[in-house]
Amino acid sequence: MLQVSIALVPGILCYAWIMGWGVILQCLLAILFATTLESIVLLIRRIPVKAFLFDGSTVVTALLFAICLSPYAPWWANLAGIAFGVVVIKHCYGGLGQNIFNPAIAGYVFTLLCFPMELSIYPDPGNYPGFLDTIRIINGNFPHYPDAIAGATVLSTLKSGLHDMKMISEISQSPVFGVLAGRSTEWIAALWFAGGIFLIVRKIIKWQVPVVFLGTMFLISLVFYWFDSSHYPSPVFTLFAGGSMLAAFFIITEPVSSSTTPAGRLLFAAGTAIFAYIIRTWGNYPDGIAFAVLIMNFSAPLLDRLTRPRVLGER
Amino acid sequence: MKNQAKEIFLGPLINNNPVTLQVLGICSALAVTTSLLPALLMCMALTSVATLGNVSVSLIRHHIPSSIRIIIQITIISSLVIIVDQILRAYAYETSKQLSVFVGLIITNCIVLARTEGFAMNNGIGMSFLDGLGHGLGYSLILVIVASTRELLGAGTLMGVSILTLAKDGGWFHPIGLMLMAPSGFFIIGLLIWLIRSWQKPQLEQTVVRTHTLVRSEAS
Repeated sequence: MLQVSIALVPGILCYAWIMGWGVILQCLLAILFATTLESIVLLIRRIPVKAFLFDGSTVVTALLFAICLSPYAPWWANLAGIAFGVVVIKHCYGGLGQNIFNPAIAGYVFTLLCFPMELSIYPDPGNYPGFLDTIRIINGNFPHYPDAIAGATVLSTLKSGLHDMKMISEISQSPVFGVLAGRSTEWIAALWFAGGIFLIVRKIIKWQVPVVFLGTMFLISLVFYWFDSSHYPSPVFTLFAGGSMLAAFFIITEPVSSSTTPAGRLLFAAGTAIFAYIIRTWGNYPDGIAFAVLIMNFSAPLLDRLTRPRVLGER
Repeated sequence: MKNQAKEIFLGPLINNNPVTLQVLGICSALAVTTSLLPALLMCMALTSVATLGNVSVSLIRHHIPSSIRIIIQITIISSLVIIVDQILRAYAYETSKQLSVFVGLIITNCIVLARTEGFAMNNGIGMSFLDGLGHGLGYSLILVIVASTRELLGAGTLMGVSILTLAKDGGWFHPIGLMLMAPSGFFIIGLLIWLIRSWQKPQLEQTVVRTHTLVRSEAS
């Protein structure tokens, strides 16, 4: 778990360099809330706090949640998501190793559904508020704060552009578009990729899962791109925009809420990619990774049954 | 006799609640509870249908042939629902528009048929009246709790009157969008069941299914 946190650090630093102090503050707040709530729940459940708090899983959950969250979301949105993820999703289902859903993703989806306005605030890359203003914005009392930082993510620009009947060649003239996907934000995706390679080299995760995930996503988007390149973005864009890279290496490789059999894990990865593409392309929300992960989380027991390895001697 | 009547009437409120223990009528409990006013109307409609349905079925219970009893019960219930629907349209037109199909769907509400089939077919008129009223009120109790929580947290109002001032009107409260969607109904009912069962220990169920043994027995 410590190595997973280390693999996340370069991406987080790059994210902070592009989006400002909000990223670091959200990470610290999430870790603070998560460890506090985790120790309270462990105390109530009479489980040894020290052993379970310092295994690092809480910190990874908090970091993944904070990365998904908008960097300038108010602190209570952060607290609501962490509380739902840690208390309801993790501990009400039986604690570490028993949770059906990924706590970070479930917490993020909860916050997204509760406070959609607050979670759509993103600054323009490189043009972010100062440190004190960031604190004021996160504290929630900055006057008209959504106007002060009026950027758009590359996926929401794409979605609203397509909604206005524009071609992709027109939409990609917008300044938020870069070479591969979003200007500057494509570098964050590249660093998640690098962090994932580190995890694979250290044998923390298996290489098959991210490869199947990214491969499936590449293939689907290739089919649609080939079919109509003016309305469906290119495969490279699909892989480097939004949360695809983060999900491939850090979210769907989570051992607890994924399928437990080797074949089941590959089906899990492919299913997440398919649902993510469907929700991202035809759904209401700009990115569909989080919803896709939740859908596959509750089909994981079915995948386990389908792909149960044959017991030795069984016909 | 008096104790029995008391149990029949008060039992469904907490100890044998149709929503939280029998887990019946969940569909309407999720659909009409986004705000308090439609939920209250729905409660009144269901309570009157359950009570009157119970009384009517109990009145003719000796004359119903056993082979077609469900058809007769459904006929009685649907006539009552049509009457209630007409009354709602006459006196509360706007709210009955919000309730849309859910008044009509009282016909298929499991609570009503469960009471006529399970109780009124075998019991006297007085007891059937108390039983129907008790189950209607038990359902109403849960619906009112769910609806007031959802309206208060989702819109900051109760019966349309502003209680928590919204941030966009200069207050401090940020409405929780999820509370206006159907999943929050599941969350609140689930939390209520948890709360009631940790208070009323006899409601706890024993674990029936253990996944590991299940898989093993299937494999053999």
